[in-house]
Amino acid sequence: MSDIILETKGLTKHYGGVQALNDANFVLRKGEHVAIMGDNGAGKSTFVRQITGVETRTRGTVIFQGNEVNFAGPLDAREAGIETVFQTLALADDLNVPDNLFLGREITKFNFLGPFRILNYKAMREATLAGLEKTGVKIPTIKNTIANMSGGQRQCVAIARTATFASKLTIMDEPTAALGVQETAQVENIVRTLKEQGESLILVSHNMRQVFDLVDRIVVFRRGRMVADLKVGETDGQDVVAYITGAKTGAQFEGAA
Amino acid sequence: MSDSSQGTGGLSIDASKRQWPNELNVFGALILIVIIFEILGAIFMGQSLLFDSKGRFDSIFNEARLRIIIIQVAIIGILALGVTQVIITAGIDLSSGSVVGATAMIAMSFAQVGEVNGGINPKAIFGPSFLDLPVVIPIIVGLCVGLAAGAINGLLVAYSRIPPFIATLGMMLFARGVAQWWSKGNPVSFPTEAYAKIGAGMMPVIIFLSLAVLFHFIMNYTVYGKHTYAIGSNEAAARMSGINVPRHLMLVYMIAGMLAGLAAVILTSKNLTAQSGMGLSYELEAIAMAVIGGVSLFGGRGSIIGTVIGALIIGVITSGFTFLRLGAYYQEMVLGCIIVGAVALDQLQQKRAASRS
Repeated sequence: MSDIILETKGLTKHYGGVQALNDANFVLRKGEHVAIMGDNGAGKSTFVRQITGVETRTRGTVIFQGNEVNFAGPLDAREAGIETVFQTLALADDLNVPDNLFLGREITKFNFLGPFRILNYKAMREATLAGLEKTGVKIPTIKNTIANMSGGQRQCVAIARTATFASKLTIMDEPTAALGVQETAQVENIVRTLKEQGESLILVSHNMRQVFDLVDRIVVFRRGRMVADLKVGETDGQDVVAYITGAKTGAQFEGAA
Repeated sequence: MSDSSQGTGGLSIDASKRQWPNELNVFGALILIVIIFEILGAIFMGQSLLFDSKGRFDSIFNEARLRIIIIQVAIIGILALGVTQVIITAGIDLSSGSVVGATAMIAMSFAQVGEVNGGINPKAIFGPSFLDLPVVIPIIVGLCVGLAAGAINGLLVAYSRIPPFIATLGMMLFARGVAQWWSKGNPVSFPTEAYAKIGAGMMPVIIFLSLAVLFHFIMNYTVYGKHTYAIGSNEAAARMSGINVPRHLMLVYMIAGMLAGLAAVILTSKNLTAQSGMGLSYELEAIAMAVIGGVSLFGGRGSIIGTVIGALIIGVITSGFTFLRLGAYYQEMVLGCIIVGAVALDQLQQKRAASRS
């Protein structure tokens, strides 16, 4: 099917003897927002790391936009169009907003100069402003270094990368875990903006209210296995908790856990 | 969206958060130090440090002293340009002074004349076929020796888990050993005429300032500079952004090594001789220039301009103490205090900036 943006088949990751992720079969359609929930150590972050190329999977296939992919690293995934907002913000504190957005993929002139090729600050600034506008991220001045920004602003900058690079899939790993109420609201607004623009999103979150507010579908992991795939309209908080804690297991995943 | 946009969610513009360039503070310190020396000079010596006090009409400055101030910091300043880049990556280079020593001996050996006072050169290291070589050969040899030392530093720092302090400490001892072993402690002297011109007169200053301009440009307007700051600022983020961190660190240490090699060529040319003790404690003075100039040892912050001003501060203090006819020991005490003071002030400023946001 052509509207499937990401599919994993039998995705498995072992760390030595530890089976962190077992046989995950996951499907994401274009424009869909899916939440991944689960207890600590359930395999959520492991799952994300296999998709984004941060780690090499033990077994299984990842199909992105109809093609099987084997990313050698996060940059590979990023070039293919998978943009990740990591739990630990991958921002350089002493650089400003455009510098951070374009870190590792700067727009340059005179490329024959190799490592000494010249930065095209103007193009990067314009692309940054366009990206911020698209996501609705408001930052006082993009010339400020990250060190001078609040946690919420930092998170927004990290998210704004997505829009700046016209990505096909955004993955957020607990984007609001360290934020205050207002800042969380702002990040959630950005997620809604992405939804309106038809961006596909995987959201890893512990926050039940947030998940029910923002996404179409909830996938629950438990002890390294997918145990439920629930439409938001057909479930409720208690139900999800039951899946997370192991009181219940989805019919199609019976026997898995 | 422009700078005047109003944010939602408690985000709004705050003019007080606009960043004050750190170089201005350092420049202010330089001016302050000059003023102190001018006042002390007027009181105790009845003369001015930097300005003309003989009532000439053609100039308001005392050019002779200005020239001395900048010449004496130019060679170490060249080292400091490389050390600055290393420190910005959150590393350190303790080896630059010793690399100057080793490179001085080796490069000079390829720059010797064949005939001294009608006889054969008494200090010749190699046979006659290595005497009277064209000037490019000792220069290339010097740059390559520095580059090699930098490459070894870079390899150790980037590809092993050896901390930069230890790796370059090892190189510091090793290179000093090489300098002494090379001619068994004897000086290497009598360079060719062309070689002697490299560091003659104001040449060290011209080379230092040209390199400063070049590296200022590189650090601010090229991918190399941006990645150098990014690695010092957050190495994990740099790696996740796809920067080849080890390869970049290699490059940074190699450039620092090459600058040390160049400094050695200029120094031997200026002194017309190379001795195994050359460049002793230069590495510390180069680090001092960078630190006084606002380069943070934690990485990510600092600039070439800052380091140049830091070099001038050290030059003014050295000249100022000579001018006031005070002993060198006072000068070192004051320099020590200034280095600690500069870092303390920087920390204070960082803390204040953090509490504002």
